[in-house]
Amino acid sequence: MFRRIRVLTVLSLLLIGAIMQVGWAGVARTNKLEIFSWWTAGGEAEGLSGLFSAYKRQYPNVEIVNATVAGGAGTNAKAVLATRLTGGDPPDSFQVHAGLEIEKYAPDRFLESIDSLYRSEGWERALPRGVLTLLQFKGHYYSVPVNIHRANVLWYSKKVFADNNLQPPKTFAEFFQVAETLKAKGIAPFVMGDKEGWEAGHVFEVVLIGVLGADGYRGLWTGKTAWTSPRVTEALNTFKRMLTYTNTDHAALTWDGAGQYLIDGKGAMQIMGDWQDGWFQSKKFADYGWAPPPGTTGIFDALSDSFALPRRAKNRENALNWLKIAGSKAGQEAFNPKKGSICARTDCNQSLFNAYLQSAAKDWQKDALVPSVMHGAATIESWATKYKDIIALFVTSGDVARTQTALQAACKDAKVCM
Amino acid sequence: MHDTVPTQVRTVQITRLAGNGRWKMPTGDRLISLLLLAPSVVAIAVFIYGFIGFTGFASLTRWDSLVPDFSFVGMHNYVVLFSTTRFQIDLRNTVTFTVLFLVCCLSIGLSLALMLDRGIRGEGVFRSIFLFPLALSFIVTGVVWRWLLNPGSVQLGSTGINLLFDLLGLGFLKTGWYTDPRIGIKAVVIAATWQMSGYVMAMYLAGLRGIPEELREAAIVDGATGFQVYRHVILPLLHPITLGAIIILGHISLKIFDLVVAMTGPGPGFSSDVPAFFMFDTTFRGDNFSQGAGIAVIILIMVAVLIVPYLLYSLRAEAQP
Repeated sequence: MFRRIRVLTVLSLLLIGAIMQVGWAGVARTNKLEIFSWWTAGGEAEGLSGLFSAYKRQYPNVEIVNATVAGGAGTNAKAVLATRLTGGDPPDSFQVHAGLEIEKYAPDRFLESIDSLYRSEGWERALPRGVLTLLQFKGHYYSVPVNIHRANVLWYSKKVFADNNLQPPKTFAEFFQVAETLKAKGIAPFVMGDKEGWEAGHVFEVVLIGVLGADGYRGLWTGKTAWTSPRVTEALNTFKRMLTYTNTDHAALTWDGAGQYLIDGKGAMQIMGDWQDGWFQSKKFADYGWAPPPGTTGIFDALSDSFALPRRAKNRENALNWLKIAGSKAGQEAFNPKKGSICARTDCNQSLFNAYLQSAAKDWQKDALVPSVMHGAATIESWATKYKDIIALFVTSGDVARTQTALQAACKDAKVCM
Repeated sequence: MHDTVPTQVRTVQITRLAGNGRWKMPTGDRLISLLLLAPSVVAIAVFIYGFIGFTGFASLTRWDSLVPDFSFVGMHNYVVLFSTTRFQIDLRNTVTFTVLFLVCCLSIGLSLALMLDRGIRGEGVFRSIFLFPLALSFIVTGVVWRWLLNPGSVQLGSTGINLLFDLLGLGFLKTGWYTDPRIGIKAVVIAATWQMSGYVMAMYLAGLRGIPEELREAAIVDGATGFQVYRHVILPLLHPITLGAIIILGHISLKIFDLVVAMTGPGPGFSSDVPAFFMFDTTFRGDNFSQGAGIAVIILIMVAVLIVPYLLYSLRAEAQP
């Protein structure tokens, strides 16, 4: 008995020793580059590997570690990243939405400013003014944008619209007319998939822009437009009415699941960002059209993915080179056609892109730019999260007055409203 | 996940051992057993009680971003929590879930056990069939039931259970399941019951096998009917099993997270949201660590309310000769 226990103790100590050896070996410095993102699906992953090969071409000796965490709009990835940053084990570079989302990562404490890169790489000339304003946090740059996505796109089934002699609606009045006609035909007029919660907030953001216009919407996040204004009430009522035309199973679907309605010709319209374009292509579906959603013609609701540099990055040199590639013309041309987004730079070769992206790039040049709230550009993350929860609740409650009070309270919590 | 009860019982016993009589330098086997216990005592002290204490402390601070801020704000986080609509819904959901889950599991488990105990042929096969769901993780159960209870739609047609209703000509029974805010968390109860009732059955079966045959015979000789034997002899003897099952199922259901994540997420209007999911959202997505800690403390209190009376009861039972 006594003997056996002693043997077991020695064995387990040996085992612990062996495991610790492995642990130390893992910490040893090698020529690596760890890139953290939430790009795991279809076109996104392809775009990322395009960017990786652009990097490999210049730095063939660096081993790239692709640390991805799946989940729409990065909801799960952000949770993992937060613990890694606070735990002092940051990746070498990570994905973050350009805009006030950067505030979440406490730039003064966890991030390194990359103003010098902006100067040496000439990015202040290569990137449009609107994007540069978006990227600055307290006067400094902390991340490099690789792309621009448009959040306000109305995707529609060409077949359904042609069969019923309809035109894509330009105003909400037209939208409801079209919806009424289609509903009578047994087609789901307005498809939505809001299982993950953010999709409803995304659609409502587009409705807000449609009702309040570019300036009115922008003002909501800066305190110039009051959340208590009757036009917000109007937007809520409009959204509530739109919800009566949705597919009955919207709460069970994600946005891409809802897109299946358009592919099958059983649904007519969907409001979603232009990653839907890449998704349709991956499904070999070509019979879709796009238009600005009601009331948003001439307005570009933008979001941008960017890469940031954490302090204490283990391979800082490699990470700096990575950021240079991400901001370069070659890097963005390798990334964006596959990801299904347009370049953040203005000098990309347009012939590399498909018809939708070319049209988006044209709109990008001339449209008024507004920042997306559901995708991290318009405001700090904690306010955006509250906004998301309030709208998710509204989808089932339909209580306009209470929702508007809650939205006002969220604005107060963020210390933007008085 | 299932280890809370044994761990706590173990620590309590350890303290009793250590507090026994005058202190003497332990020798031989006793020394070895103390040495072998020491690491886990230390680990439990730090990683369970230490962190419980830290979480409680964090819930009283203003730590609402990645940068820790330990300025004291008293009960502020709890006041905010209890006035948050989502948290109010969560608490209601937890109560609904726990009550329904316990009632369904216990009644189904007991009926299955009583039926199997009649000595039917192929008992082993049935026992395995009912026990198999337990071998799955909640994630797998969640995904499977998400598909089975998918509402489908007029345009794309029905799927899963709704399709079954259609095929059987019971179309009027079709509902939106977890997408219907009125059902919400109750749909999750179906999946959880499916998984755990076999386990309760096994517990009851073990209990039934432990009841000496003489007791039944004595009751029958005294003229008791079959029903009376169950009502006045068997069921009272199964009370400890029921208590054990309530403790195990209860702490699973109060802390439920993985099943909800895999199956429904927060659901329409948070109708299937639970405190644990809200805690994850608040802490790791919203970076509001102090409020997340507050939710964790409330979950802990709920579990403690369920388990502490049981611990006291079993300690007292142990102390009696």
